Amino acid sequence: MDLVRYFLDHSSEILSLTLEHIWLVGVSMILAVLIAVPLGILIAHKPGYKGSLLGVANVIQIIPSLALFGFLLPVPWLGDRAGRLAIVALTLYALLPIIRNTYTGIVSVDPAVREAARGIGMSSSQMLRIVELPLASDLILAGIRVATVISIGVATIAAAIGAGGLGEFIFRGLAMVDNRVILAGAIPAALLALLADLGLGAIEKRLRVPR
Amino acid sequence: MTDLQFAVCSQARMSYSTADTVIEFDHVHYRTPNGHPILSDLNLRVRRGEVLILLGRSGSGKTTALKLINGLLLASQGQVSVEGRAISDWNLIHLRRRIGYAIQEVGLLPHLTVERNIALAPRLEGWPTERIRARVEELMTLVGLPGEDFRRRHPRELSGGQRQRVGLARALAADPAILLMDEPFGALDPLTRTEIQREFKALRQHLQKTVVFVTHDVREALLLGTRIALLESGRLAGAYSPEEFLHSDEAEATAYVNVLRASDVPL
Repeated sequence: MDLVRYFLDHSSEILSLTLEHIWLVGVSMILAVLIAVPLGILIAHKPGYKGSLLGVANVIQIIPSLALFGFLLPVPWLGDRAGRLAIVALTLYALLPIIRNTYTGIVSVDPAVREAARGIGMSSSQMLRIVELPLASDLILAGIRVATVISIGVATIAAAIGAGGLGEFIFRGLAMVDNRVILAGAIPAALLALLADLGLGAIEKRLRVPR
Repeated sequence: MTDLQFAVCSQARMSYSTADTVIEFDHVHYRTPNGHPILSDLNLRVRRGEVLILLGRSGSGKTTALKLINGLLLASQGQVSVEGRAISDWNLIHLRRRIGYAIQEVGLLPHLTVERNIALAPRLEGWPTERIRARVEELMTLVGLPGEDFRRRHPRELSGGQRQRVGLARALAADPAILLMDEPFGALDPLTRTEIQREFKALRQHLQKTVVFVTHDVREALLLGTRIALLESGRLAGAYSPEEFLHSDEAEATAYVNVLRASDVPL
């Protein structure tokens, strides 16, 4: 009951921090898609870049999130605003799953389909638009879904550098040793992750072409 | 050069290029990137309006020869020409749009409906929507898949035979003068195959296209071909009319004819 009362008393703050959280994750996901999908396409067509690119994305993924926020703090323009920095860090985190899935989606297009399309006289950009991207779309979306769910979790840590979001409650609760406060951040964050997973999962299912 | 000489020369050149040779293999060799030879010194001319069958065992190089025509593969040595122009002088995308291509695996785009699959080449060529619609309707009737129902289906909702028909319709869509077919009926059951072969033969007589057709099935070769080029481990063993083929002394040809005779089971 205590928890419910706390939630009701702080509902407007929970709502605004949730919106801030969605903003951080949303902007970084859009940036990540804009960067990672073209990179995935690139390594699918020029396998020479594959090792180094996936290597870099892997290394970024391995850095603990708190450390990544810390590393970026002294970077000139980035360090000025916490929100900016958080968005860059979240974007970097989201790259790997999206690059990898875009790559896998494109290279797994049936060679017979590809050859038939070439035989019809498609240029490589037409091949990409008409054949490769539509057939890879469900895998690309699966990558975006994984990245989004990860980002919603990682974004709570952004509060540590003052970027806001639901992590505010979590860090405050930790300092106050008050579980209600921690839960005021953790529950909405978990719900967001669940919703994103279900929503994107549903779209993914619609895009899937039985092969 | 006098005007008269020039006129004679250009006339000669013209009669050469518009002459009946549509596709020409001139001392063509093909090796895989790791140096394995697939075709050796292939010399062959395909004349306008004929159905040239490339007959041979698996690995004889017949599919390779076919892909050299639309530039999906490029000759290692020698020259392949289409309409009097070397493949290297063609813009490959323009070349492929003038050539219909049907393959055994069909290669229909699984995410597009039958209608959109057939419409691919006309769409790439920028035909107006109305013309594409009419063309798709015409082709679906032609290949025996009439009706609103089929147009909206996806390839996975078709039987193997229906998919082959769609593949054929797609190859014909932009009305190419040349048709390349790589065992297009290979994956079909014998009854459907015989049916679709007969239909194709009837269709061909009324479409007047130059066809290069790859098969390992000697019956199919004799049924559909106006000429049969026999390939044996990357070399041309000979080119025959169906009649000549039946009476040829060449070892590989007689082997095929014997298979044919042996399989005529007396009941």
